[in-house]
Amino acid sequence: MSFEPKNTAVKWVEDRLPIMGMLHHALYEYPTPKNLSYWWTFGSLAGVVLVIQIVTGIVLAMHYTPHVDMAFNSVEHIMRDVNYGWLMRYMHANGASMFFIVVYLHMFRGLYYGSYKAPRELLWWLGLVIFLLMMATAFMGYVLPWGQMSFWGATVITNLFSAIPVVGESIVSWLWGGFSVDNPTLNRFFSLHYLLPFVIVGVVILHIWALHTNGSNNPTGIEIKDGQDSIPFHPYYTVKDLFGLAIFLIFFSAFLFYAPNYMGHPDNYIPADPLVTPVHIVPEWYFLPFYAILRAVPDKLGGVLLMFGAIAVLFALPWLDKSRVRSARFRPIYKQVFWVFVLVCVALTYMGAQSADGNMVEFRGMVPVEINGVVQMKDGVVLMEEGITFALSNVLVSQLLTAYYFLHLLVLLPMIGLFERPRPLPASIAEDVLAKSPAKEEASNA
Amino acid sequence: MLKLMTSIGIAALISLTAVTGARAAGEAIELKSVSWQHGGLFGTYDRAAAQRGLQVYREVCAGCHGLGLVAFRTLSDLGFSEEEIKALAAESDYEDGPDGEGEMFERPGKPFDVFPSPFPNANAAKASNGGAYPVDLSLITKARANGDNYLYSLLTGYTDPPADFELAEGSNYNAYFPGHQIAMPSPLSEDAVEYADGTPATVDQMAKDVTVFLAWTAEPKMEERKSMGLKVIIFLLILAGLFYAVKRKVWSDLH
Ligand code: HEC
Ligand code: HEM
Repeated sequence: MSFEPKNTAVKWVEDRLPIMGMLHHALYEYPTPKNLSYWWTFGSLAGVVLVIQIVTGIVLAMHYTPHVDMAFNSVEHIMRDVNYGWLMRYMHANGASMFFIVVYLHMFRGLYYGSYKAPRELLWWLGLVIFLLMMATAFMGYVLPWGQMSFWGATVITNLFSAIPVVGESIVSWLWGGFSVDNPTLNRFFSLHYLLPFVIVGVVILHIWALHTNGSNNPTGIEIKDGQDSIPFHPYYTVKDLFGLAIFLIFFSAFLFYAPNYMGHPDNYIPADPLVTPVHIVPEWYFLPFYAILRAVPDKLGGVLLMFGAIAVLFALPWLDKSRVRSARFRPIYKQVFWVFVLVCVALTYMGAQSADGNMVEFRGMVPVEINGVVQMKDGVVLMEEGITFALSNVLVSQLLTAYYFLHLLVLLPMIGLFERPRPLPASIAEDVLAKSPAKEEASNA
Repeated sequence: MLKLMTSIGIAALISLTAVTGARAAGEAIELKSVSWQHGGLFGTYDRAAAQRGLQVYREVCAGCHGLGLVAFRTLSDLGFSEEEIKALAAESDYEDGPDGEGEMFERPGKPFDVFPSPFPNANAAKASNGGAYPVDLSLITKARANGDNYLYSLLTGYTDPPADFELAEGSNYNAYFPGHQIAMPSPLSEDAVEYADGTPATVDQMAKDVTVFLAWTAEPKMEERKSMGLKVIIFLLILAGLFYAVKRKVWSDLH
């Protein structure tokens, strides 16, 4: 079913630049496994959100002023005076959160179904590069409204680089363009915040190219064998993705229209003041797991290394996972450990928002005093008691969770892959689909 | 032995709850909770309350706090007529210029002007308030967690300090303010304003009214946002239903 243009103008272009053929190939000839679940919708959703961010961002940039004396008020000008400015700004701010929700789900999907395994290692890597670029973009975007959290978040995060031995301090003032976060910092962050999304678009194109080279993974984790296993992307997955998109937009709208500041921090409605430090400096929610890892380590450089390490290990995943089987569906042990890992990531997110010096649980009680190993009692009443305090500090909890994060990726994943006995795989995707819906099969034969 | 263990357990449990309670008190106590007409999915600003709140702001708070993000013209959202707005704006003078001669001049305020600032700059504001800065109130309800209830609690939260509390010079005790000592003296007192609509100007009433007004200054597009949201979500629900039906149809020829 190759593309043969009938219209002469289209043919003229096609002979010189076969772009229509390329799109036709991607939509009609690109074979897609017939059993993809809704977990496979998040990729296209991420693409839609990227477009939303770029469109709303460009409109915001038309009204925004990147200057320390005017940035805060220019955002308020957008909120109050620009037609539908409030809509653009709330879409953009909540869109960033949506982007991370979608991408995190997309990544956990990959983790569950072993989508990073050969031959999709490069695809996984490109995804991680997008993730890193997104984090940089969102971090710099959050600085632009120049509220208290913008300023202090930028100060804390850029200061991390000072942990680098010898050149650390110089790097920090190079990033700042001065001796503190100030107007030059705001200007360069705006410039880069405008640039990076387009770099992301470029990497997304590579990501999709790599995807189309080997095709999508699927819930069984086995490859397409023949035409029985696959269907054309259009119309089957276009319509399925459109349904997913509508549901996602409802979720997005609920926040956008009814709780637009829920995921933000009230302090960012206070103009930046370099002389007043907020009581708690917390980054945006999507950075919290990494922030928890950073603060779990008492040593600054160690914390920074571990935080970047948390993402760096993800690059090694294709080689750390020793399992011959991709999908967790057929991996009885990994399947359970996977959910523990998800819980640990959620818990790290929670810990990132807690104060660094507090305690998770404090436990105060009275215990009987022992003298020579004997509790002193008279008539069944303890004579001497002493107070004890047992506290599980936030730092300790974060340390345990961080340890588990790395334990999972560096030890459990390889070990389970080696020792686990996977359940038998279906002979083909088609067979798996049939096995799951015998009733439908009968109906269609009748 | 069992008895001993249980009693230790119970003692520990009791003190555990005590600790959590005490920790919360150290920061700030639970806010008073009002059911605002502008809360909820369909809530709209109570126009009468907001208009009274404007009066409280102008007659009480404006002596110390600015409202620098709010232009007079936007008061039409609260039901003020063009004439009323012009008159309100004209009550203060603004520096403008330079004119043809290169001179700055004073002119009466126009609807496009923002509320005048009570002090020429932040240092002057601090100097007049014992070193504490009376913040601009335009965004105050969004700049504090649970802002509406916080503002209302703060304004009605002035009491005598507990016996063992040491109050710093020039401070006032307010349980809702972090640290419990605030430089702002209780701004509201019984009948501080005389409401045109005859509503009795109790402290509680004025606190509620000014909160409604300041909720509006912080989020003037809230009503537009909620009503658009309703339409968008209904549209999306229908769209999702349609896509679902089409999806079922398209996929029905596969087994
Ligand atoms: C006499 C001057 C004065 C008047 C009148 C006044 N305030 Fe204040 N206000 C202050 C000062 C000074 C502060 C700073 C307090 C501090 O930092 O301890 C303040 C702080 C505040 C805060 C910030 C509290 C926080 O969480 O940081 C709010 C909200 C506030 N005032 C509301 C009002 C309202 C509403 C009115 C009118 C009903 C009002 N004020 C009238 C002087 C005043
Ligand atoms: C990868 C896509 C993008 C992400 C994740 C992102 C993220 C963010 C975030 C988190 C903010 C702070 C929002 C707030 O609290 O107000 C922001 C602000 C901003 N962004 Fe983006 N952005 C993206 C793309 C773009 C693009 C392409 C532009 C266009 C030039 C842009 C322009 C702006 C402007 C002008 C602001 C400041 C206004 C404001 O704070 O609302 N963004 N961005």
